[in-house]
Amino acid sequence: MSEPLVIGFETSCDETGVGVVRGHTLLADALATSVGEHERFGGVVPEIASRAHLEAMVPTVHRALADAGVSATDVDAVAVTAGPGLTGALLVGLAAAKAYALALDVPLYGVNHLAAHVAVDELQHGPLAEPSLALLVSGGHSSLLLVPDLAREVTSLGRTIDDAAGEAFDKVARVLGMPFPGGPPIDRAARDGDASAIDFPRGLTGPRDAAYDFSFSGLKTAVARWVEARQRAGEPVPVADVAASFQEAVADVLTAKAVRACRDHGVDHLVLGGGVAANSRLRALAEERCAAAGIVLRVPSPRLCTDNGAMVAALGSRLVAAGVAPSAPDLGADSSLPIDVVTR
Amino acid sequence: MLVLALDTATPTLVAGVARRTGGDAEVLAERAVPSGNRHAELLVPAVREALAAAGVALADVGAVVAGLGPGPFTGLRVGVVTAAALADARGIPAVGVCSLDAVGSGARTVVTDARRREVYWAAYDATGARVEGPGVVRPEEARLTGPLVGDPRFADRLGAPVEPAGVTTAGLLRAAAALLDDPSAAGPLVPLYLRRPDAVPPTSFKPVTTS
Ligand SMILES: [Zn+2]
Repeated sequence: MSEPLVIGFETSCDETGVGVVRGHTLLADALATSVGEHERFGGVVPEIASRAHLEAMVPTVHRALADAGVSATDVDAVAVTAGPGLTGALLVGLAAAKAYALALDVPLYGVNHLAAHVAVDELQHGPLAEPSLALLVSGGHSSLLLVPDLAREVTSLGRTIDDAAGEAFDKVARVLGMPFPGGPPIDRAARDGDASAIDFPRGLTGPRDAAYDFSFSGLKTAVARWVEARQRAGEPVPVADVAASFQEAVADVLTAKAVRACRDHGVDHLVLGGGVAANSRLRALAEERCAAAGIVLRVPSPRLCTDNGAMVAALGSRLVAAGVAPSAPDLGADSSLPIDVVTR
Repeated sequence: MLVLALDTATPTLVAGVARRTGGDAEVLAERAVPSGNRHAELLVPAVREALAAAGVALADVGAVVAGLGPGPFTGLRVGVVTAAALADARGIPAVGVCSLDAVGSGARTVVTDARRREVYWAAYDATGARVEGPGVVRPEEARLTGPLVGDPRFADRLGAPVEPAGVTTAGLLRAAAALLDDPSAAGPLVPLYLRRPDAVPPTSFKPVTTS
């Protein structure tokens, strides 16, 4: 008997993702994005994202099933992001997933978006070591998670107390006159810059600060002040150095805290996830520090680090395999779903 | 043919099952659930109940009718995407109608809650055909001709009585009659938003240090 075929729906932000997996095998990862429609607003506009999700939903399902070479009637279970995320956006995917589950007469699993970011790595690197630590960084989240059992128990060690890391990238990019989202252009510009040129602050790294929490608001403001001071003085802004120094500050804090959390908890596997995990400096520094600390680092390909449907299908597949009970028919979305709720 | 009708354009979601013979529709079961902001939670259970009460299975349904609003966006989308997904999964047509067409009958002006102290409205002639709207307006500025039907909470601000009425399965079937006769004429299910998204492009880079 072959492993169950699971379809996953992800609509927590601006990506409409529909993925198909069988066991740990990725069969399809169809994605529609409304990112271009948000560009001139400098951030994701929830109503625009929600409208785009509705438009893209059924066509994206068709693409996913076609790419996977399966038909809807082959599906054994449906998984969907139930939170955290933008309520209006979440509800489009949730309602669609509930309808497909009803029409196909298969169980429905409402899952946690953050846990799905961890689960996606199983599609590339096989079963997760448990416990693992996970560092998830994107425009919407910056979290350090302890994962004793991905299907049942995920706990939060720390998270950002203000901006998400990805938001800091977006805002710094804006200060430097770069497009939204800010991650890729900053990464590119930083390649020609000196990461030690400017000593930007490392938030929450004092001896009395929370060991695993993050803060990027002060860093963002420091960069803006530095750039504006240059502009006021009529001096040119060394964009590459600013980008490299900012990126270094983010990567330094994230990796230092993740490695420290691994050591403190006796965990020797670290998984990276989220859109910011595509940042080349973060990946390089994480590799360097994990190697030095004897930690096995697992990083999904950039395509799977960003939000997608495959990650939701991957977690759904894991839940089916673990025999976790499906969600009730009155499943709803929770924009601030706590991380210890893997499925609801 | 059996038809499943769904609407989430108002605070009361509707899920109904009807049998359509020739041009006539007989409603077999209907669930009208006061659902506030909980359309996503309550719609699928209501569909299950309506099917069970009608004694039919989803596999027996030959078409889906969806109310396209106008209505508060988040709830409205729940019904529209549910209809689209159900129809897609079953390989049956889904047709959309203006939700206001399914409220009341005959000569009337329908008013429903548009939030932000406004109402959605549409006017119908004696044959029940929509002659104006749908639109969105502040009740105080509305020039609506009676009789008014729909959400009675706006009577004071409209300066006229509003006979309470909601979306019904029979109304949805009636509004969808022509499309159900020829589903190939139906376009994709696109909500009647009537308003643009609230979104303002940033005017300067200053907010970074001032916010
Ligand atoms: Zn994410």
